[in-house]
Amino acid sequence: MSSDRQPIPPTRPTGHQIIAPGHTFATVSDKISSIVLTRRTPLYWFIPFLIASALLMVFLVAVTALLVRGVGLWGIKVPVMWAWAITNFVWWIGIGHAGTLISAILLLLRQSWRNSINRFAEAMTLFAVACAGMFPLLHLGRPWLFYWLFPYPNTMNVQPQFRSPLVWDVFAVSTYATVSALFWYVGLIPDLATLRDRARNRGARIIYGILAMGWRGAASHWQKYETASLLLAGLATPLVLSVHTVVSFDFTIAILPGWHSTIFPPYFVAGAIYSGFAMVLVLAIPLRAMYGLQDLITMRHLDNMAKVMLATGEIVAYSYIFEAFISWYSGDKYEMFAMWNRMTGPYAVTYWTLIFCNLVFPQILWVKKIRTNVVWLFIVSVDVLVGMWLERYVIIVVSLHRDFLPSSWGIFHPTIWDVATYVGTLGLFFFLFFLFIRGLPMISIFEVRTLLPQAEVAEVEQ
Amino acid sequence: MRPPVYGLLAEFENPTALAAAARRVRERGYRRVEAYSPFAIEEVNEALGLHHNKLPFIVLCGGILGGLTGYFMQYYIAVWDFPINVGGRPLHSWPSFIVITFELTILFAAVATVLGLFGLCGLPMPYHPVFNVPRFAFASRDRFFICIEASDPLFDRHETAEFLHSLAPREVSEVAH
Repeated sequence: MSSDRQPIPPTRPTGHQIIAPGHTFATVSDKISSIVLTRRTPLYWFIPFLIASALLMVFLVAVTALLVRGVGLWGIKVPVMWAWAITNFVWWIGIGHAGTLISAILLLLRQSWRNSINRFAEAMTLFAVACAGMFPLLHLGRPWLFYWLFPYPNTMNVQPQFRSPLVWDVFAVSTYATVSALFWYVGLIPDLATLRDRARNRGARIIYGILAMGWRGAASHWQKYETASLLLAGLATPLVLSVHTVVSFDFTIAILPGWHSTIFPPYFVAGAIYSGFAMVLVLAIPLRAMYGLQDLITMRHLDNMAKVMLATGEIVAYSYIFEAFISWYSGDKYEMFAMWNRMTGPYAVTYWTLIFCNLVFPQILWVKKIRTNVVWLFIVSVDVLVGMWLERYVIIVVSLHRDFLPSSWGIFHPTIWDVATYVGTLGLFFFLFFLFIRGLPMISIFEVRTLLPQAEVAEVEQ
Repeated sequence: MRPPVYGLLAEFENPTALAAAARRVRERGYRRVEAYSPFAIEEVNEALGLHHNKLPFIVLCGGILGGLTGYFMQYYIAVWDFPINVGGRPLHSWPSFIVITFELTILFAAVATVLGLFGLCGLPMPYHPVFNVPRFAFASRDRFFICIEASDPLFDRHETAEFLHSLAPREVSEVAH
């Protein structure tokens, strides 16, 4: 960090209205850490936690049944062998992307308003990737042999096929999970030190003390820490764009009509961020009301997130329109049939519901009154989450069920186990998320401190 | 010979006071000085002359190592260890190796960032003398500290304490080992 550079560090505030007025370093630290340390665990934490735990049990039952009976338990059969499992995988991993976007890309773009939402958005990423990872693993058929996906010297003398996008996906997703976890933990260290110093209970002090690793806020450490955050953000940015690109390669590298398309990588990345911001809003809106955090997660945050959602939604809408146009313009009868089958075939209802959810209804976000109304924002976000799930369902199931050869056509029917596994991962996600907001600061304390006007160093006469 | 104390710790109420104090401490000629704050303050880094940082170099090395590992692992496996002839297509099909090369570059660079950060900061550090000052617990909340260490050649228990008092701190305390 040379002295001739502009003396504005990246986390320095640009506008003070991001945090409600009246806060000091002490009130911010105490307010956020008290949720974990001193406040009684509220009933509105226990109720969703218990529901999530119940759904987690459903997941465990579904996985146990799957391990005992095999993937035939799901509705998958030739020609639709991917169905819900891969739909859920793509949906979950897409949701995770918003967390990385908020923590990495917005950090590089110096959008300091992100400082009060990045922590729980990153946690969301981590848990969403955990849920996403379940599906390809369970779909393997023999999940206990998952390590065959990695190259290692073995007595069978076989190795993975590096020309397959499915192997690329293994590396992309496991790298993404590792880097997200590292980024999240590094971001937590100064706040863990705050919790260690604030905790009155000996057990908590020991646990947070071990996790904080002896962080003491030394200037020489902060200097390296800031560099490390920027470097991790710089690494996570191309990574997050690559992950959904590689996920889209799972489809585009195949020659199936409806999959074999160059528009997929950007379209998947935009869709991922679209659904991810919807999930951030779905989490943030109840959280700020429950814990009285409206002064830290302000309407400006919600409005900004709604704008990102709207912008990525327009990219997605453009992709839908161009996907249809290109399949007509290609003159390829299989491509044309695939699109026509989506619109008018046996799954037409899912296609038109998806168009309504992702393309039509979210347009109400153009209205500022809607963007600043929490109820409407919540409704639009849930609608986008449903729409983005349907998008992946349409891409996967509807493309697979009628390919080149009419004699191999078929219809996919989900079974109760498909539903149980999916709903179960929702349980896993919310179970982990509620544990997180109980045990760790859900808002980054040290980054919020830098948003306060007092954090500026005033110019003094030398 | 081990000095009787680790150093002297002065407490300030805001970042401006800390940056001003850091400048004065440096001007006075002290070099074994550390500032403690609840968030990063660029002006303090400058006042303390913290310019050098090896971390970007470590990350660069990690990234290059990752990229080479990724590419040559695939090259070795696809060409030497487990060649599969598909209609006579080339074994060294480099475009299909790019994705994993890229992912491993990022993975190794990110791991190097975190390990490098811990290594350069000496973390995890289970014990550090500054924690012996009870008020130091506020360094992670809303207080700003500067510590002149006893290993500094200019350090003198009384003179340095007097100098720190002249900087108008809230309090100056001795840091036991």
